[in-house]
Amino acid sequence: MSQIEMQGVEFSYRDQQDKALAGVDLKVEKGEFIAVIGANGSGKSTLAKMMNVLLVPDRGTVAINGLDTADPDNIWQIRQQVGMVFQNPDNQLVATLVEDDVAFGPENLALPTEEIRLRVDQALETVGMDGYQSHPPHKLSGGQKQRVAIAGILAMMPDCIVLDEPTAMLDPMGRKEVLETISRLNREENITVVLITHFMEEAGLADRIAIMQEGRISRTGSPREIFRDTGLIAEAGLDVPEVVALANQLRQQGVSLPEVMTADELVNSLC
Amino acid sequence: MLIELENIRHIYQMDDPVVALDGVDLEIERGEFIGLIGHTGSGKSTLVQLLNGLLKPSEGRILFEGRDINSQEVELKEIRRRVGLVFQYPEHQLFEETVAKDIAFGPKNAGLADEEIDKRVREALDLVGLDYESFKDRSPFNLSGGQQRRIAIAGVLALKPEVLILDEPMAGLDPAGRRKLLELLRHLHRNLEMTIILISHRMEEIARLASRVVVMDRGKIILEGRPAEVFNERERLKDIDLDLPVVTDILKKLKEKGLKVRTDVFALEDARNEILTALEKQSQFRESRPC
Repeated sequence: MSQIEMQGVEFSYRDQQDKALAGVDLKVEKGEFIAVIGANGSGKSTLAKMMNVLLVPDRGTVAINGLDTADPDNIWQIRQQVGMVFQNPDNQLVATLVEDDVAFGPENLALPTEEIRLRVDQALETVGMDGYQSHPPHKLSGGQKQRVAIAGILAMMPDCIVLDEPTAMLDPMGRKEVLETISRLNREENITVVLITHFMEEAGLADRIAIMQEGRISRTGSPREIFRDTGLIAEAGLDVPEVVALANQLRQQGVSLPEVMTADELVNSLC
Repeated sequence: MLIELENIRHIYQMDDPVVALDGVDLEIERGEFIGLIGHTGSGKSTLVQLLNGLLKPSEGRILFEGRDINSQEVELKEIRRRVGLVFQYPEHQLFEETVAKDIAFGPKNAGLADEEIDKRVREALDLVGLDYESFKDRSPFNLSGGQQRRIAIAGVLALKPEVLILDEPMAGLDPAGRRKLLELLRHLHRNLEMTIILISHRMEEIARLASRVVVMDRGKIILEGRPAEVFNERERLKDIDLDLPVVTDILKKLKEKGLKVRTDVFALEDARNEILTALEKQSQFRESRPC
């Protein structure tokens, strides 16, 4: 059983003719880091919302750890297992203190106070925000806010985090903080990560990339496989990371190069 | 000189006041393309809001063509027409029933004749690459995010500003949308001779487009110059956690390893040629892989 299993998922928004999802099949395994890329309007955010029952399919099925999202009895169990982080850090934090915000989820689980305290402190430590317990969230930077949002999810002890363009509104430092946090959670805590992004460099960090086009997943593969296929990338309205683009251009001019994803890899293969 | 900032300080009066700008001097000439970089909170957005009179500086003067824009004799309305500002996520400010009405809002407020307004709307839509006939009567709210962004920018372009300021205009756009917007900026600058000030977190874009880069940190300008000069200061940029453009990073690393490449080119093709030439030269002297 995969952690996330989608079969023939279709979905339309009420006021729109075109299907937002037009038959999506996808399996995500426990501990995987998968990036979803695609043009605006290709269905990425709709796909994400299927994963923690913010939406349910019109047709087809979505199962999280075997639990069907269409069964209302499963909703809370699934939401505890799959947490979501959105683009705008300001819309996600509700409390006046960081610790209250992180405690919001566990409090709803009616856990004992000491257990909540422990979870809050651990979650903040994991995202590198230990010591900010009694800070007001509005005084934090964008990257810090996103990490507090992630801590709020960790306090629920989920199996999986789905992030919908979590760095779109952040500056370079904030992006770095959030990406390092995500990668660490995946590596060290074995949390499954689904990252939706327009930054091809971010997608390059994943184990696997899924490309969405017009409501379907047109291709999945490792970053190296995906970014090798420049025709597909262009057709999907995407780009390859700068390093890959430069390497591709050099290869076209007859320089023999292995596949590279980072600046250092490219430099070391050239020299 | 088109715009001069003289010793600007700006303080937001809140429970604890925040000094957003702390002694900024800057001169901008007509026809420049300025890339403004720095972290959130460094003062970039405050600076650009001062330039079109949305904010008044706590101290210092802002001169437009030599006139203090916050003095009695200057009408801010005129400044706002001549200095267009595209905010972050400008599509959040679309509000009219139709695309054409939304774009016409500025020109209408400026008191232009109906005929002229119509002409401006057509031109602005054409500039942002949307077909007038197919878009004019549509509701802006039923368009894709990328299209909404372009409509919002068209609304500013319809005023025919001489200076166009854009605060993170590419944020949240997909790669194709970004490319289109970058091409538009290049066109506005090169062919329509607009003065442009672009705030962006993407160093590649800044390096490729800007004629001058201005780096801000904690309310001050800490570095400025041509892209090649600014991005040559790797250590100083690193101190404030700003990255180099990827291409520059690669070229510098190659140079450190002994490959004789220039590090002041930013386009992919130029970097490729630089590397190819250097590799060829070196291989004339050695049989195997150079450097």
